[in-house]
Amino acid sequence: MSHQPSAMSLVRFTLNGAVVDITAHPLKRLLDVLREECGLTGTKEGCGEGECGACTVLVNGEPVCACLVPFAHARDAEVLTIEGLHGDHPLQRAFVLEGGAQCGICTPGMILAALVLGENPPIEKLRAGLAGNLCRCTGYEAIYRSVATAWNDGDVAAKRRGAGAGA
Amino acid sequence: MSVVGHSVPRKDGAAKVGGTAKYVDDITMPGMLYGRTIRATIPSGRITSIRFDFDTTGFTIVDHRDIPGRNVVALIADDQPCLVEREVRHVAEAVVLLAHQDREKLLQANVVIEYQKTEPVFDPEFSPQVLKHLLIEKGKLSRGFAAADLVLEGVYRTGHQEHVYIEPNGFIAVPEPGGGITVHGSLQCPFYVHKALTHLLGLPDDQVRVIQTEPGGGFGGKEEYPSLIAGHAALLALKAHRPVKIVYDRAEDMWATTKRHPSIVRHRTGVKQNGKLVAMEVEVILDGGAYVTLSPVVLSRGCIHAAGPYRCNHIRIDGRAMFTNTNPNGAFRGFGAPQTEFAVEAHLDRIAEVLGMDPVRLRALNALKPGDTTATGQTLGSDCSALMVLKEAAKRSGWSRKRKAWKGTNRGIGLALFYHGSGFTGAGEVRLASKCSLATTADGVRILVASTEIGQGTRTMHAQIVADTLGVPYDLVEVAVPDTAGVPDSGPTVASRTCMVVGRILERCAQEMKAQLAGLDPAEHYRRHGPMIITKQYEPPPGIVWDEEHYVGDAYATYSWGCDVAEVALDPDTYEVKTTKMTLVHEFGRPIHPVLSRGQIEGGTAQGVGFATLEQVVMREGAMLNAQLTNYTIPTTLDTPRMDTIMLENHYPYGPFGAKGVGEIPMDGPAPAIVNAMRHLGLDVREVPAMPERLMAASRSLMANPATSRLP
Amino acid sequence: MRTAITPLQLLEPKTLVTALKMLRNDGPLTPLAGCTDLYVGLNFGTLPAKRYLDLSRLGPLRRIRMEAETLVIGATATYTDIIGSRHVRRRIPMLVSAAREVGGPQIQNRGTLGGNIANGSPAGDTLPVLAAAEAVVALESVDGLRKVPFTGFYTGYRTSVMRPDELIVAIEIPVIDGAQWFRKVGTRAAQAISKVVMAAVRASRPRVALGSVAATVVRLPRTEAALAGGAGMAEAQRVLMDEIHPIDDVRSTAEYRKQVSANLLARFWAETG
Repeated sequence: MSHQPSAMSLVRFTLNGAVVDITAHPLKRLLDVLREECGLTGTKEGCGEGECGACTVLVNGEPVCACLVPFAHARDAEVLTIEGLHGDHPLQRAFVLEGGAQCGICTPGMILAALVLGENPPIEKLRAGLAGNLCRCTGYEAIYRSVATAWNDGDVAAKRRGAGAGA
Repeated sequence: MSVVGHSVPRKDGAAKVGGTAKYVDDITMPGMLYGRTIRATIPSGRITSIRFDFDTTGFTIVDHRDIPGRNVVALIADDQPCLVEREVRHVAEAVVLLAHQDREKLLQANVVIEYQKTEPVFDPEFSPQVLKHLLIEKGKLSRGFAAADLVLEGVYRTGHQEHVYIEPNGFIAVPEPGGGITVHGSLQCPFYVHKALTHLLGLPDDQVRVIQTEPGGGFGGKEEYPSLIAGHAALLALKAHRPVKIVYDRAEDMWATTKRHPSIVRHRTGVKQNGKLVAMEVEVILDGGAYVTLSPVVLSRGCIHAAGPYRCNHIRIDGRAMFTNTNPNGAFRGFGAPQTEFAVEAHLDRIAEVLGMDPVRLRALNALKPGDTTATGQTLGSDCSALMVLKEAAKRSGWSRKRKAWKGTNRGIGLALFYHGSGFTGAGEVRLASKCSLATTADGVRILVASTEIGQGTRTMHAQIVADTLGVPYDLVEVAVPDTAGVPDSGPTVASRTCMVVGRILERCAQEMKAQLAGLDPAEHYRRHGPMIITKQYEPPPGIVWDEEHYVGDAYATYSWGCDVAEVALDPDTYEVKTTKMTLVHEFGRPIHPVLSRGQIEGGTAQGVGFATLEQVVMREGAMLNAQLTNYTIPTTLDTPRMDTIMLENHYPYGPFGAKGVGEIPMDGPAPAIVNAMRHLGLDVREVPAMPERLMAASRSLMANPATSRLP
Repeated sequence: MRTAITPLQLLEPKTLVTALKMLRNDGPLTPLAGCTDLYVGLNFGTLPAKRYLDLSRLGPLRRIRMEAETLVIGATATYTDIIGSRHVRRRIPMLVSAAREVGGPQIQNRGTLGGNIANGSPAGDTLPVLAAAEAVVALESVDGLRKVPFTGFYTGYRTSVMRPDELIVAIEIPVIDGAQWFRKVGTRAAQAISKVVMAAVRASRPRVALGSVAATVVRLPRTEAALAGGAGMAEAQRVLMDEIHPIDDVRSTAEYRKQVSANLLARFWAETG
């Protein structure tokens, strides 16, 4: 059979709680679709090889590297990006206060990876759960402190709201 | 309410955690093209032909003939071309630039370059070309050695290190209607880029504008390199008459940009039987790479720190940076000092071993005290804290107990004592003559400086200094975006100078503004009298004397001090040495913002752990072979030890609120502390990164000896 | 440098039957599922293929189930699926250990067992486990199903007995008698590529498999025979070091790989004895 490049395809999925219809090449990276077609630039590219985790988003509640996901795989999925946390999630506030964010480029992915670990993860679970997210600024200690603070200090209502968006 | 000394929310925090902070790749402009750099693939030779093996319709193509000004990256020496004309001196040197509005078309464009190769030089020790030579002499070496009971020699080596800021380099250049250019990019030093562009483009100062976008990390890697990529984007934009964005992918960033200078440091040291250092002869060789870039100043800082924080009357430090056919090596946190302090600290533990002396005792005996002189003859004042950090680190880490209990096991504990000069070396700050401004606004005040926020907290820390000096709330102090058209040249964001030097100028601006406000709050003053702008210039602290020609005098206005204790465990099956814990005791004057300061120490330490044990740049034929994050491995959460961080205070009277520099010093200690911990468990290591492959032979003989092979 | 995407084609079958027909009639096609390896190739411009077959809609291919005494792991089961499966945990805990060491959580959520086999990297973390387990690869085409012992699957560096019109549909794990053992030695503590990876079973005839020491994952028949014959560990280690021929590469050295493999053999034996 002769080779015919794929046409743009229309894919319906849920993005940060809202159903969206997006048209793009089915093999375009989800990362690029989020940043370009959806205009959500909070998801960052650090390596393009699934090592750094800066492009972490949640697909159906699980963290994945958006640089390694073809757009076709977003079909019918629930995708959560950092924008879906609206800036007031306890993790977000704690990352500001405790120094979990320095240059900020790993921060959106780091927060989403931390989100799925639940409330008050034990330190070893936290370290293993964040092992797919590289940070070159903090040495990670401030990130551990941020996660610990998030769940022990903060407005419970906001916490529930944010956790709901992540589920 | 006072904010200095308190960890207020960082100014850029909400934007960063919310994902709304704009990094260069997050920005697009109407009509924007994408740029791509075609690079040389050989380390040394001449270009014989360039062929465009694609349909060039719709492409903007730039080579050296399109450069309107001088084909140089203006910095210290103007030897590095922006685009290769004929001679190639290193792999990945930029030759041709392409731009197209369709990134996919750009990716498919194939440019074939043919070369006539010449013999490259990769080993700095065998390079025929000296890039920079310098000599530091104190006392008379022969007299020192004559008094020695023991002379110990050693050679210590460190490798390349890649910065791995998580955001690769990137710029957008926008042509302006009058023929000028504006560039937006990820950078540390707006005025370095500004200077480079005026030379390259032959434009007057006011036709070039440089604006910082949020940088996703720098660590020195965005100190000098941005001048090159900004130049490339600008050349394409001027030719295309459209905005052009160049953002590197990770592989290109690792393959093409600067690294930490590899070093070879030779020590020959005379000591008395009681442990007193009487003669230190040090030879420093740095691999400079293919062009001068910043190597002379990296060599300078490296050499000044090469004798360590120790008292010795007879010192000779001979330093050379050599040309080789690799990418120019460049600025990286610590700027030469991590290399030379690794060597002296590893050497000191060998001396301790030979003398049968505890490493803490050897250091306590020789550590610099107020009134002592450094290698350059600088007499230290009461802001010298070497003994303070050493004693606290030994106590806090349980040094004596662990040192004894772990003897002969697969665990080890080691330490390093180190210092780091704050600000530019020697007369550097006087020459820079940095300026800062403070302006009243309708809401409060605005800080105008060229110092960039690269994650370390510049905006926040500067705002704290101004808020407290002026007596206004922190929230009413805003910080202007570094934009060469709108801020004065407060110098580059490097050399642990942003708080101590720039912060001090800002403090003086605020003091004067306070006097002029005469009790009014700034917003009220603005309403009544219109904007008030106070500008101040750097003034050296009193009594600083530096002889540049002989390298004698006050090399730095002050120093910060640190002692790191590393605890390690050797895996007998894999020869991996895992650093399990680090105790970090640092003294850097007053921490303006404890959370941010601690972040500098812990983050720098993690980079140091990588430098010591994980991060190996594999070079083949002058090119980085492992230019991807899969194979150049920086520490993950599970590779990074837990850290116990202690910040001691010994205020520096000429820093803002007593502050010194903290940005770089954390990089100096981890490698020697870890290697010294390896020595404690029986491994003689003199080179980093100490990869398991390098430790195998020593580990095997260690474990073959039953006396030392028991596991706890 | 990244691969341009627009010239590429993706076929998206909804059933296995359609997928197999596409492979037969529309080939050559490169199947994709978790994309954790394939997209690295695309992003680095090292993947020459232009046409791809998406397996993500073939739901049944992701199931993990018991068929009598045989554990059947669907080809597109992810590492996270494997870690979470009680069947896998009970039958082949060494596969769970291996799955936990593949990349970070993001990679485990997407990467698949079938992909690890199809990719065929000699450093694939799960491959020594499958070799030591004497797993069977179920290959399907429009002609039907055929089963290939995993130890006979690879013919060389990234080449196998699989035909271009075949698809890996499942991996079958027989009952394993004896203690299982797994150890990965990577370039760092997490998110690492293996420098040496060993899986072993302490059965009456011990089984030892190694990754990253040859062009493919290997079993060590001579070492196994030495162990079965009651050789001392020093002797078994000598046999092992003679049996493998690793190379120097960007991640490690031949010498290191040999010595560490021998050390791991001793550790396996000591911990399962």
